[in-house]
Amino acid sequence: MAFLDKFTNVHLDVLKEIGNIGAGHAATALSTLLDKKIDMRVPKVRIVSFDEMMDMAGGPENIVASVFLRIEGDAPGSMFFVLSIEQAHMFIRQMLGDVQFSFEKPPYNELAISALQELGNILSGSYLSSLSDFTNLDLYPSVPALSIDMVGAIISFGLIELSQVSDYAIVIDTALDDDNLSASESITGHFFLLPDPDSFEIIFRALGVHSNE
Amino acid sequence: MSESIQVVKVGIADMNIVRSPHHIRTSGLGSCVGVVVYDQGKELAGLAHVMLPDSSLAKGSTINIAKYADTAVKELVNCLIKNGARSYSLKAKIAGGAQMFQYTSSNDMMRIGPRNVEAVKKELSLLRIAIVGEDVGGNSGRTIEFDPKTCLLNIRTVNKGVFDL
Repeated sequence: MAFLDKFTNVHLDVLKEIGNIGAGHAATALSTLLDKKIDMRVPKVRIVSFDEMMDMAGGPENIVASVFLRIEGDAPGSMFFVLSIEQAHMFIRQMLGDVQFSFEKPPYNELAISALQELGNILSGSYLSSLSDFTNLDLYPSVPALSIDMVGAIISFGLIELSQVSDYAIVIDTALDDDNLSASESITGHFFLLPDPDSFEIIFRALGVHSNE
Repeated sequence: MSESIQVVKVGIADMNIVRSPHHIRTSGLGSCVGVVVYDQGKELAGLAHVMLPDSSLAKGSTINIAKYADTAVKELVNCLIKNGARSYSLKAKIAGGAQMFQYTSSNDMMRIGPRNVEAVKKELSLLRIAIVGEDVGGNSGRTIEFDPKTCLLNIRTVNKGVFDL
């Protein structure tokens, strides 16, 4: 746990603010894209074991659509935008105007995949650029990759860098809601930001918080 | 049989052993590799959910031995032998090591799945344990469950359904 012992409540608050700003911009982008009101929940910053992280996204076997991108530049890390399959359907139906659409079996509809990838791209791009403005760090997103699979299989990939130094992850989790619709119809997505271990110090320093106070 | 069958769950970077009639299971293997080592005669099996290929990658002071291929396989075998398995009759089945995202990068981290598989195979061959079944690579997640009585490894994927190995 040595790597995590350095974190105080001030640090966690700073990370929460990062989640707030980033997801706030992403929510605005989603709202513009769909021409709908989108709400954002208060971000959660949690220090969790890898198994708990899977549970945050609905358990390791839960099937989700996830856009993954690597953050490159001054403070590398991994980012996931996770949607349940139903939510992904809802979104694609709205974007393509195809009410029948569903991810039943591969090969998936190319247009649908592309639309979903683009959604991930726009949302995570706005998350990241606001983060970059806020911290004054150069952060570049990689080309987003989409996967529709079990949570465990997807998220564990983002934990690899972190797993070399720790058995725990610091997750900055922000959920988006569409508040006009019932829970089953709403587009809820989770952003998981997982900075690489060395990036925390860089982010804190950029914001004027020293990591060993 | 009054004793009901329980399924022992193994988390990520974790390991455990099980004796018949119980089963052992791990969920959501992506680039991680699930290694099952078993002694059919004794109906005893162990499962490790390996996350990284080599413990030399560890940067922390204390390491979780179940996380790395080299340490996890050794420990799994030790643990089985301590519980009565015979080293000469140990066999292995492995699954996992997928490449979850099609992503072009020079970063070696992106190849973590295949590297995990190579590392597990190397360690098993050093310990002279034969791999009698494998379902590795590809790009889908797997959930695996092993029955030490039949020695069948049940593999479930999202896109390709369920089969026994």
